[in-house]
Amino acid sequence: MLEAAWLIPAFPLAGFLMLVLFGRRMGEPVAGWFATAAIGGSFLSTVVVFIGLLGEDPSERFFLQKIFTWIPSGTFSVDLGFFVDPLSITMCLFVTGVGSLIHLYSIGYMHGDANFSKFFLYLNLFAASMLMLVLGDNLLITFLGWEGVGACSYLLISFWFEDPANASAGKKAFVTNRVGDFGFMLGTFLLFNHIGSIRYADVLTSHISTGTATVIVLLFLLAAAGKSAQIPLFVWLPDAMAGPTPVSALIHAATMVTSGVYLLTRLNPVLAQADPWATSVIAWLGAMTALVAALAAISQTDIKKVLAYSTVSQLGYLFLAVGVGAYVPAIFHMVTHAFFKALLFLGSGSVIHGMHDEQDMRRMGGLAKLMPITAGTFIVGWLAIAGVPPFSGFWSKDEILLFAWNDNKLLWLVGFVTALLTAFYMTRQVILTFFGRTRFWDATAGEIGEAFDTIAERAQAKFVAAAEGVTVASAAVDKAKLDLDKRTGAVTKAQTGLEEATSALAASSEGADGYDKLVRAVDKATKGVPKAEAALQKAVSKTAELELAVEKAESAIAETQIESKQAASISYDLPGDAQYVTAFSEAPDITAVADDMPDSYRHRQEYHPHESPWTMTAPLVVLAFAAAAGGLMNLPFTHKLHFLANWLEPSLFANEVHVSTSTSGKWMLAVVAVLGGLSAIVAAFAVYLRGRGDPAKIERKDLALAVTWDSVLAKFMGGPGRALFDGASWFDKTFVDGAVNGAAAAAQATGKGLKPSQSGLARQYALFITGTAGLIGLWFVLRLVAS
Amino acid sequence: MIATLSGTSILASEAASFSVLPALILVPLLTAIVILLLPANRVAELKLTALAGSAIAGAMAIWMMAAFDKNDAGFQFVVNQPWLESMGLNWHFAVDGISLFMVVLTGILFPIAILATEPHHDPKPYYMWLMILMAGSFGVFMALDLLLFFVFFEVVLIPMYFLIGGWGHGQRIYAALKFFIYTMTGSALMLVGIVSLALLTASRTGNALTFDVTQLAEAQALGTTAQRLIFLSFALAFAVKVPLFPLHTWLPDAHTEAPTAGSVILAGVMLKLGTYGYIRFGVYLFPQAAHDLAWIFLTLGVIGILYAAAVATMQKDLKRLVAYSSVAHLGFIVLGIFSLNTQGLTGAVFQMVAHGVSTGALFILVGWIYERRHTRQIAELGGLQKAAPIFAAAFTLVMLSSVGLPGLNGFNGEFLILLGGFQAARWWTVFAVLGVILAALYLLWAYQRVFHGTPEGDNATMPELRLSEGLVILPLLFLIVAMGVYPKPMLERIEPSVERLVAHVEANVEGFSEPGPERVPEHPGDARTLMDKLEEAEANADLGEESDSHEGESDE
Repeated sequence: MLEAAWLIPAFPLAGFLMLVLFGRRMGEPVAGWFATAAIGGSFLSTVVVFIGLLGEDPSERFFLQKIFTWIPSGTFSVDLGFFVDPLSITMCLFVTGVGSLIHLYSIGYMHGDANFSKFFLYLNLFAASMLMLVLGDNLLITFLGWEGVGACSYLLISFWFEDPANASAGKKAFVTNRVGDFGFMLGTFLLFNHIGSIRYADVLTSHISTGTATVIVLLFLLAAAGKSAQIPLFVWLPDAMAGPTPVSALIHAATMVTSGVYLLTRLNPVLAQADPWATSVIAWLGAMTALVAALAAISQTDIKKVLAYSTVSQLGYLFLAVGVGAYVPAIFHMVTHAFFKALLFLGSGSVIHGMHDEQDMRRMGGLAKLMPITAGTFIVGWLAIAGVPPFSGFWSKDEILLFAWNDNKLLWLVGFVTALLTAFYMTRQVILTFFGRTRFWDATAGEIGEAFDTIAERAQAKFVAAAEGVTVASAAVDKAKLDLDKRTGAVTKAQTGLEEATSALAASSEGADGYDKLVRAVDKATKGVPKAEAALQKAVSKTAELELAVEKAESAIAETQIESKQAASISYDLPGDAQYVTAFSEAPDITAVADDMPDSYRHRQEYHPHESPWTMTAPLVVLAFAAAAGGLMNLPFTHKLHFLANWLEPSLFANEVHVSTSTSGKWMLAVVAVLGGLSAIVAAFAVYLRGRGDPAKIERKDLALAVTWDSVLAKFMGGPGRALFDGASWFDKTFVDGAVNGAAAAAQATGKGLKPSQSGLARQYALFITGTAGLIGLWFVLRLVAS
Repeated sequence: MIATLSGTSILASEAASFSVLPALILVPLLTAIVILLLPANRVAELKLTALAGSAIAGAMAIWMMAAFDKNDAGFQFVVNQPWLESMGLNWHFAVDGISLFMVVLTGILFPIAILATEPHHDPKPYYMWLMILMAGSFGVFMALDLLLFFVFFEVVLIPMYFLIGGWGHGQRIYAALKFFIYTMTGSALMLVGIVSLALLTASRTGNALTFDVTQLAEAQALGTTAQRLIFLSFALAFAVKVPLFPLHTWLPDAHTEAPTAGSVILAGVMLKLGTYGYIRFGVYLFPQAAHDLAWIFLTLGVIGILYAAAVATMQKDLKRLVAYSSVAHLGFIVLGIFSLNTQGLTGAVFQMVAHGVSTGALFILVGWIYERRHTRQIAELGGLQKAAPIFAAAFTLVMLSSVGLPGLNGFNGEFLILLGGFQAARWWTVFAVLGVILAALYLLWAYQRVFHGTPEGDNATMPELRLSEGLVILPLLFLIVAMGVYPKPMLERIEPSVERLVAHVEANVEGFSEPGPERVPEHPGDARTLMDKLEEAEANADLGEESDSHEGESDE
């Protein structure tokens, strides 16, 4: 049965190859089912091997399988071979088990994606790589898997590559991990240099001097810190959430990110031979990461980012455990964490799926009614991670805290505080997502802004129209005034004419020549005056009328000004931008702008968050059971119930630390942990569900050191880091190449005398040089012949 | 008729019922003559002739690989005919595990380079020069007579010069001249070195004058100073070819302006003349000097890895970026060579082939991007994965191979080099490993800018990989995976010759023994070893518990 070991990675690898060849033809959903079947086959193979291993005597549960010699070179030789022992099979069981569920889930989640089959191709390749990592019989096969999962992580984070942010996140993950690989490679080299082999069968059984072992441990710690997102290399993991949510669940929560812990556990005999301070470094690094990440999780508003920082924090716990020699609790918590964190991620994916790709918790709330299965299973995950008995997380976390207490009370304190924070931020997440008022339909700041923009635009249009009216009216007034002047002139002229005519008439006498004519002129002038006066009168009234119009237009402008001022002066809450939200945060009042809300808002009103299809909820239910009952794996009450500890014993070579704490002490610690966790939950309920206390005082940005570190690093890479590369490039162009070109120019200048040969034709240069070389050669030949 | 020297295998040369090595040179040369006789306007026939000639030569090279005796560390397929006896000149050709795959790589890359692109004008001289280049490349890897080697070393320059100058882009004349003058300057010194070596050896040993590499290597007649000086004269010529920092600036220009086929051959074959030269003519002829002066080359190699990677990061031209990545990759190879141990040297030889395949493929793909988009400026590209997903997938595979992902060909050589380097030159290697981080940075960043994002303008309509193109690139993609997954057939052919070389160095350098691990496990561990260890550890722990020490650390 143990011989089936090679099938474990072979199934997903074959799935990958088939999908490369036929994936496009299979299409949706066949490709997804095919990939799920491949990983399912791997799970069954693992179970077969597991049963086979159970059949062996506990002290003989080692099985090595060689497929072929991979890289032979002198004294160095590594095989493509597998190392089957309780530890590697434990890993395989949960990797393939959780992996199968997530494959199944993805069929629903990736529905309709243009690259459906490609997604499953990557997932299968990831699974194959992860299983190589776990099962490799030497450090190089582990490294093969290590890099393979890194590459798959890169490909899957940037799966939706059209968005530059996703592409950047993928690159960031790969490059940051490469920093860790620096440690992996050097650690491997140092091991080989010291003991002449990198096969686990040799590495785990060889004596290594303390100094060398210490350096090796620190180098592998660097590697592990990269892959498992510990200080200072954790920065890639929150960004990795850019990938599709099943990827976050499988790779960036349950499996790949635990590789570092697996590696350190696998190397426990080396850790045991290192100076104790080296393992203390592991423990403290883990503890600090756990705390710092938990502090950052409290102020996150993206549902996946909370879980991302939570994952970093939980991985910190695992490092803490490994560092204090608590290998079984580390693996125990790794497995339970795989259950409940995969559950939480898949739950968040279900939420995102059901909410039209919304990831902001401030826009969720009240989903328990709309998505009951998702909510119910998510709550199980929450209770598990918060350490509420009897859910799985309680048992495994409690074990770690116990070992921490046994090692160093300060470590325990950090772990305990982290546990409180964990219970708090997870409660916050559950409340904001599933309870209270559904804020999904609320207008967002952007939408309200848009509405106000619409209103302001309208006011502006009115203003422009009014201003135009004023202009037109003013022009008319001007014209009318001109007309008025003209009329006034006409009246004057008519009066002058009348006077002239009258006086002319007076000067003349009746019967005189032209008298009649004058009389007629006077008549005419007399008639003309009232006519002109009437016209004037008309012009005056018209002018007045127009002036009134101008006045009116001007007052209209003032009105529109007031209107747009009013539009600008209405103060409103920006719900999307409001950092701090509780379950019953009120919807923004949009009565002022209700008629002008944009289409996105109107369309959303018609959309209803809904429960996901069964391919997605079924894995949630299975994982919820696992997360609830996972503690059964390793119950603390009697030695016999320590199933996992007994099972893993052979892989740990008696390096697991023995706890000296008394039974009553253990009970005390457990009670303290439970009470602490419950009070944190109650506190979160008070703040977010009851509205006591101000969230702003809790979700403090200055406590999110992890976020600060990320931005400092980004600034460094964009600033001095980039400048360094730019400098190298400039140096190369200016000095290294410049020196060559300068020399060439100088040579050309001195060679001016040979102008006729400088015809500029490259061929002539070439011929000249070849000729010269030939002559030199000939000279040597002649000399040789002569001698 | 055939003089076999120093462990050469008579069996292997008899297996070669006809002299395959001279034939490898003659086939492309004859093809060049046929092309010369063809009318210049028969474009299709010209291409077909060149393709047929190079494919026949390639097939012969592959046949030779199949006939190669992997248990024989010495030279095989030996041809050794007197040329100018009075001067000790011989037509001496042979291959061993070190040169075998370089010959095969040459045989594979030429037909692919011919298929991948067509010249935009004057196909006749283009194909003629390519064929002459192929003949010269074969010759240079097979020659075991120093003057013969020198002739081939120079001969390959001329066709490459014309290929860049005649069919290149942009500043092609400048680039071609720079390439030519640079390498000529290097080799002029080497010629002086060659002649001095032969004369000095003849006068010291009292034997007849000879340019035979194996005889000169066995003689080891030079004093320390003479050996160092002559070694440096060789080393300089090779440093230009590799190229080593700070002699590398001809390479980005030559690569960028060369036509695609030129870039492929330049990166795939011609750069390896330098690293091959270091092994065959540096370490083999001058073991003492190579050992004493190794620090210079280790240092320059490691500087090259980090410096070229940093410069590559900021390149705006995609082809230039690949060119700088070559400088970095070749730095690894130099590190491996001057580690002077089995892993380092084997890794170096493997990496030479792997780099030829990956970078060759990379240049072909970049060439196709240029044909489609008429630009190589990274800033003008973007989102190509949306328009051409299969093209992008091929590029991804080649890029990951170049990044050195395990399971692909780029990893195995790099790993062995670093492993060997760590035994021999620990601190240099520590810095070299940093180069592995940088390689991921510049390649992934370039990929992101070229292929990720939403395509705009002409990028949105970039044509997908055509079936004919797919068939051209497929052999290289296959090699990338095959060499990565199952490198054993190559490694076991390289290793005997490398071990023989290391033994040669050990024999001729006093106090030198191959840098290796501090100890080697007596028996390779197996499941039983683990069970014993477990039993012992648990027994210790029980003891510890009984004596009330709660930390049950088991220190054997």
